[in-house]
Amino acid sequence: MTKAVKTQLDSDFEELSAKKSWYAIFFELVRKQPLAAAGGFIVVVMILMAAFADLISVYDPEANALEYMLVPPDEMFFLGTDQFGRDVLTRIIYGARTALTVGFTAAIVGSTAGLVIGVASAYFGGVIDLVVQRIVDVVMAFPLIVLALAVVATLGPGTQNVIIAIMIPFIPQCARVVRSNALAIREIPYVDAARALGFSNTRIILRHMIPNVMAPYLIMLTSFLGQAILLEASLSYLGMGVQEPTPAWGLMLQGGAEECAESAPWVAIWPGLAITLAVFGFNLFGDGVRDTLDPKLRSR
Amino acid sequence: MYKYIIKRLLLMIPTLLGAAVLVFFLLRLVPGDVCEVRLAGTGLYADPEEVLLCQKNLGLDQPLMVQFWDFIWGYVVFDLGDSMWTGFPVTHEIGLRFELSLQVAIMATFVAIAIAIPLGIISAVKQDTWIDYLVRAFSIAGIAMPSFWLGILIILGLLISTQAVFGDPWMPPIDYVPIWEDPLRNLSQLIWPAVATGYRYSAVATRMTRSALLEVLREDYVRTARAKGLVEKVIINRHALKNSLLPVVTIIAIEFAFLMGGLVVTEQVFNLNGLGRLFVESVGNQDFAMTQQLVMLVVIIFVLTNIIVDIFYAWLDPRIRYS
Repeated sequence: MTKAVKTQLDSDFEELSAKKSWYAIFFELVRKQPLAAAGGFIVVVMILMAAFADLISVYDPEANALEYMLVPPDEMFFLGTDQFGRDVLTRIIYGARTALTVGFTAAIVGSTAGLVIGVASAYFGGVIDLVVQRIVDVVMAFPLIVLALAVVATLGPGTQNVIIAIMIPFIPQCARVVRSNALAIREIPYVDAARALGFSNTRIILRHMIPNVMAPYLIMLTSFLGQAILLEASLSYLGMGVQEPTPAWGLMLQGGAEECAESAPWVAIWPGLAITLAVFGFNLFGDGVRDTLDPKLRSR
Repeated sequence: MYKYIIKRLLLMIPTLLGAAVLVFFLLRLVPGDVCEVRLAGTGLYADPEEVLLCQKNLGLDQPLMVQFWDFIWGYVVFDLGDSMWTGFPVTHEIGLRFELSLQVAIMATFVAIAIAIPLGIISAVKQDTWIDYLVRAFSIAGIAMPSFWLGILIILGLLISTQAVFGDPWMPPIDYVPIWEDPLRNLSQLIWPAVATGYRYSAVATRMTRSALLEVLREDYVRTARAKGLVEKVIINRHALKNSLLPVVTIIAIEFAFLMGGLVVTEQVFNLNGLGRLFVESVGNQDFAMTQQLVMLVVIIFVLTNIIVDIFYAWLDPRIRYS
């Protein structure tokens, strides 16, 4: 079974590297992982939206225009305006910036910290490992949003604090997974060899162990992206996240949605759709990364 | 077995103690407390003497270690302290809201099971057909869709559809009535948040049911059952399903423990005065006493659920024996 998978992968790889043009490789990937490609497409669209927000939209996402309060969708405001007269589409486009900044920063920093802690815990073993694992146990007993809210309670709301609040619960999750992989790597003779050669612990961890746990690390990282965006939206919705007037999808649902849901449904519908699509895209993309890097899970 | 249970219960203590340390010091890491929020919360000038007096009354002027000791000792003498915002005992505040949150949590679990198990089975049996793709898309969407947005959509849908059918918009009642007093009114209020939370919750369980059943359907004994000519329905219901439910039970139980987190958001949408709402309010008010007890409640529920799942495992699968 494992042999079959291996040859399958090898042939994939040969097939990919044999072709020269990058778009052939691209189409090959789309054919092999259509869902991941669709997810990747959503992610790319979001990144473009965030990068060129100023060019795409002519409106200011933060300035109030009270003469245009709650205008229904028309040719001037494609998705209508909110209760402060701000264009909903513009705020969704700029909201992608907030979502991506928070999502990428929290996921990358959180999983990287988890990577270092997980590998170090496995490498040193003994008391250090025991202590680290008990701390991980404790932190993992908190539901994600409860811990994030507790951190916000300390630091106060705001974009930067939200990133920290989302990042902290990710660290132990990633550390746990990376550690179990690193434990197996530690037993491989080349680590002993490196130690026998007198390399420093830092060098062994950075140069010999970390490169070999990149697969679980990347799997965790990509799976965190969608979660982080969803968590940011939830915190902002509760008024504990990104603050007005910064455009953020969760925040857009907080103000308008409840009061004017009936009279102005566009305020409540589109930002939620943006969150759903973004998380959907990142999750599909993450599943694709997992299937590629971990062939054992491919059949599921 | 009893020895195992006792051992697990004792092992809870260090985890809970760790959680207590974490939440206690986390909340007090940065200056600012309930007195400042109350007296200067809206940007007004606060008399420093008044703030000091308020802190003295609440015991916030004590050294941290003394406060921490009071917090821990409270568990030994069953005194969880008073809310720093309302002044009522924490147990009183939690007691007021516990019933509502528990009911929504249980109903959401039933909604999730009712969605997840049938859909998971259909999806596995019809693997790689359009039905399977539809079910999988449905469950992936459940993970991606924020439950507060689903809640808003449900309210919107109710308003529009009742307007269209009865000519009069209808909203679920806002004030809570216990189920034994007026079951109809109670259910008409709480079924919607249960659906909004339950759908998200079902997504993970559907995927788990599908993959667990697929795994079991590849086993030799299922092939034997097929070879002796049993009807597919009997094979799935009698032979395969029971053995594939083990991971599903785990997922459902673990998600139940995390349901508290989901309720934080859903209760806000539906304007329910439950524990989740209380938590958000306490965080906003920097009500340390309330926040830390609520966090501990969630952690205790989580740890206990894990133990119950492990014990349930042994009961469900006689091959598993703990020592």
